[in-house]
Amino acid sequence: MTKRQLLMKHILLSMTLALGLLMGSTQVLASEGGAELPSAGVNLRDQASLQRGARLFFNYCVGCHSLQYQRYSRIAEDLGLTEKEVMENLNFTGAKFGEPVISHMPEDQAKQWFGKAPPDLSLEVRAKTADWVYGYLNSFYVDPSRPVGWNNTVFPNASMPFPLWELQGVQTAVKKPGSEEVEKLELSQPGRMTPEQYKQASRDLTNFLAYVAEPAALQRHAYGIWVILFLALFTLLAYALKKEYWKDVH
Amino acid sequence: MANVFTRMGDWVNERAPNMMPAYRKHMTEYYAPKNFNLWYYFGSLALLVLVNQIVTGIFLTMNYKTSAAEAFASVEYIMRDVEWGWLIRYMHSTGASLFFVVVFLHMFRGLMYGSYKKPRELVWLLGMLIFLVLMAEAFMGYVLPWGNMSFWGAKVIISLFGTIPVIGGTLVEWIMGDYLPADATLNRFFALHVIALPLVLLLLVVLHIAALHEVGSNNPDGVEIKKGPKGNRWDALKPADGIPFHPYYTVKDLVGVGFFLLIAAFIIFFAPTMGGWFLEHDNFIPANNLATPAHIKPVWYFTPFYAILRMIPSFLGQAFWGVLAMFGAIALLFALPWIDVGKVKSIRYRGTGYKVGLGLFVLSFILLGAVGAGVTAEVIPEWFGDVDVTFWENLFGRFWTLVYFGYFVFLWLYTRLGWETTKPVPERVTTHD
Repeated sequence: MTKRQLLMKHILLSMTLALGLLMGSTQVLASEGGAELPSAGVNLRDQASLQRGARLFFNYCVGCHSLQYQRYSRIAEDLGLTEKEVMENLNFTGAKFGEPVISHMPEDQAKQWFGKAPPDLSLEVRAKTADWVYGYLNSFYVDPSRPVGWNNTVFPNASMPFPLWELQGVQTAVKKPGSEEVEKLELSQPGRMTPEQYKQASRDLTNFLAYVAEPAALQRHAYGIWVILFLALFTLLAYALKKEYWKDVH
Repeated sequence: MANVFTRMGDWVNERAPNMMPAYRKHMTEYYAPKNFNLWYYFGSLALLVLVNQIVTGIFLTMNYKTSAAEAFASVEYIMRDVEWGWLIRYMHSTGASLFFVVVFLHMFRGLMYGSYKKPRELVWLLGMLIFLVLMAEAFMGYVLPWGNMSFWGAKVIISLFGTIPVIGGTLVEWIMGDYLPADATLNRFFALHVIALPLVLLLLVVLHIAALHEVGSNNPDGVEIKKGPKGNRWDALKPADGIPFHPYYTVKDLVGVGFFLLIAAFIIFFAPTMGGWFLEHDNFIPANNLATPAHIKPVWYFTPFYAILRMIPSFLGQAFWGVLAMFGAIALLFALPWIDVGKVKSIRYRGTGYKVGLGLFVLSFILLGAVGAGVTAEVIPEWFGDVDVTFWENLFGRFWTLVYFGYFVFLWLYTRLGWETTKPVPERVTTHD
């Protein structure tokens, strides 16, 4: 490339960049593996989905992962469950109703088993986004080269085994020809759920974790609309008042 | 009843005879030009946000724990267990970002209408000091939740001082009180954020307004109403184009407050993180000196200055130049009244060169913001495929850094050498709404 061509390229690149940035590019949070993340489509108003997600979490996740900022009582309150339902169906750790969800996994042993302690998931969705969590739950594949036998395209070399495999089944990676890069994942051994059912289940679980990341979201949405309506009325009245006062300013 | 109030008023007046005159001077007998437009809302809005930050801040300190071991959890406690804690916290975090939105627009108004020019240089200087203190205040506030971006942001920003030759290293340790941002850092930042800087900020705001009321407000026409004809409905000796601040601009500002609160409420209730721009994803992970976030970047309002810092390469074995340029970018704004020596104030009557220059300056500020926020690093490979991202990002960022600084050089030459062809400025203010 000659200097002139380089300059032209720079000017063109700068102008396109400037234009594009001005028109507002959205911030995309890609996965560490560079894969495009599917949309999780979470909906906090879908209480049935939140309840199913909670059941999945307490059946498959709480063995290793805590929700240290989430109390059992708050789950009951927000998910429309009774104290009895929560204590009998979700609380397997013997914690009191008002206590937070703490896993019984001993941290030092977990470090030995997995290489690192399983992280607390209270804020996982806020730290990584719902799409990331949903993508992660759908991207496990068998990889004998990993210590636990599983790998993940959204979070390559994750140290977590995949307890939901009995629901989803076993996925195998199809590599790009002559490369180690994963092209796509194939279901090589079906699980207890159909692919559609598993997608819904992982969506429910993501939905529950999205709720746990910010229980206040339920209140935000409920109050927000009234606050906006009040302020709209206030602004309207303020405008009328201003009009009245300014009538004599010419 | 009315009688009781009158008697109370008399009682106070007898003991503090200068109070009512002061109120009149700043409210009912402060004559502001009658042609203020949309751009004149942002001063009172900045004051509103300041009050919001102080009030919500007071409530936050009631449950926040100033300790590296407890700070992060205490913020989650506020979000989950404190009654209305989530609302107070979101009002404070959204308020921080909106403070800068409002202040940037307020400053842009000053640039557009030449409000920094004689006789308002002092108003401008005090305003710039407010901006400087506000940046320190916001930076320290951002550290307090002790998330991972708090920690790494603090580490990066504080280490800027480490590039100062000779004393740098010692200075960094002195600021942090440790070898890393740690408990000592968090505690002193809390003290500065919660009491020291707000006091300075309040004092500066009082001086900013007092200085303004001495010389009177500028307006979209850049006409000095005090030099125009005298006599209005309220006072035969006051400017004909002036109207009392209260009630005219108090009721008008109320409309601005309504609109502003609508936007603020929408963010607080429906998008408090603004997709990671107001509250960043990495700050929902507790501070961890062993886990560096993939992209360390300051919050959006610092990104233009951060970009300038990053775009200046090391030179003669010193990394200090970037820091110098970053502070220079702010220092030049301080000097604006003496850089721009053009006699015409308002953009309405200034030369085309000034309009183009200001437009490019604003563009450079926005695009440098995008560079500093890492948007370019993300967008370049997406749009242009397999290219050398660092190379193109540096070229792009340096080009716009040149435009930023170039604006001041151009403005100086343009006005000093008499290249500007201005339009005639009217005798009286032209329009009002």
